[in-house]
Amino acid sequence: MGWYNKRLAKSLWVFHVSGSPCNNCDIEILDLLTPKYDVERLGIKLVGSVRQADVLLVTGVFNNKVAPKIKKLYEQAPKPVFVVAVGTCPASGCTFKDSYNTVEKREDVIPIDMYIPGCPPKPEAMIEAVAKLIGVLNG
Amino acid sequence: MIGKQILYLLVFPGLLFTCVLGLLIGWLDRKVSASFQFRVGPPIFQNFNDIFKLLGKEVILIKDTNITVFALAPIAAFSVMVFLSMSIGLVLFYGLGFGGDIIVMMYLFMFFSVAIIIGGSASGNVLSSLGAGREIKLLLADELAFILICLIPIIKSGYLLGLNEIVIAQSDGAFIGSISGFIGFLVGLLCIQAKMTLPPFHIPEAETELAEGPLMEYSGPLLALWKICQHMMWVIFPFFLIILFFGGFNLVGIGILWAILKYVLIIVLMIIIKNTNPRIQIDTALKFFWRYASPLALIGIILAVLGV
Repeated sequence: MGWYNKRLAKSLWVFHVSGSPCNNCDIEILDLLTPKYDVERLGIKLVGSVRQADVLLVTGVFNNKVAPKIKKLYEQAPKPVFVVAVGTCPASGCTFKDSYNTVEKREDVIPIDMYIPGCPPKPEAMIEAVAKLIGVLNG
Repeated sequence: MIGKQILYLLVFPGLLFTCVLGLLIGWLDRKVSASFQFRVGPPIFQNFNDIFKLLGKEVILIKDTNITVFALAPIAAFSVMVFLSMSIGLVLFYGLGFGGDIIVMMYLFMFFSVAIIIGGSASGNVLSSLGAGREIKLLLADELAFILICLIPIIKSGYLLGLNEIVIAQSDGAFIGSISGFIGFLVGLLCIQAKMTLPPFHIPEAETELAEGPLMEYSGPLLALWKICQHMMWVIFPFFLIILFFGGFNLVGIGILWAILKYVLIIVLMIIIKNTNPRIQIDTALKFFWRYASPLALIGIILAVLGV
């Protein structure tokens, strides 16, 4: 599968899953896709449908209401698919970690491959994370 | 003899040549669009990587929908595209007619839109069916103007219907040199833009509100087939315009350079139109084609009959 993984690493199509975020990380993701950072040179493209996605960018804290929907979206994506959690919320719960409706273990909802901490993370940090994912795929 | 025909279909003017050239032109389109926006743009083999990646992914078939139609629509569109690429390539590169005439071509060019409509409706998604409905309206809009401009070369060549005969009739001067031929080429360029659903006519697969439209539920190899079809159209439609208005290719000596220039001219015009126009509404598209483009093509026909 080495050859296929190299092809996959060069064309990661990104789908943006927002699971009850404060929209701060989402704005940073949109910044990432602007001409200044130009992720298309790495083959990364934002797709509108989850059926075409290779990477799910998940933002926001997982609460009891949105967790089933995130799980459903993960199941709708064609495998192999990677999940990148953007921001401190999916990584640790941030300021919502003691809230009554926050899901205790986020790893039970969907398997998360990579965390990008930061509130919000800078676009440079996201590019570095995706470059690390590409490095893992290339072996 | 059979082996030669299979070679025509699968390798040179057909499948392999058109796919490779189409994917490279798709890269050129993305690269030029990137430089329009002061970006760097993707590497040269980006589209190949995309297609190979899609071919290795999982296909998701939805239980409640008509799976047969859903899966057969891209395969049918792909096979029609391969046939079109072979028959147009044979006329251009070998000077061989394929037995059918320009009327068969008109039907087959419509088929990709029909396949999109069938596939989008079969997927059972609300946004997909909205996209399919928009594709029907766009087809209604551009088809009249497209058929009218196909009539101009027929009239100017002395009522000949074969593609090969139209190329031979232009041996002493291409039709683009006359006023009616120029009008035909101009309207034809816009019709092609609409048939390929490129901006400003990417109304069916509006990314922002319909999320890829009819292709929304497709994944894996079936999506790869759609993408290959869309890239093959970067070759087929410009070649068709070259046959109709530019007098085909003359592949000896300096003629090779002219052939490349003709193709690049059409591609560059298409990319410029694509990058300088925002998406228009569906009623604006209908109004544009029915109120302005079709009467212009009709004027072109009248001029062609008068011999201008």
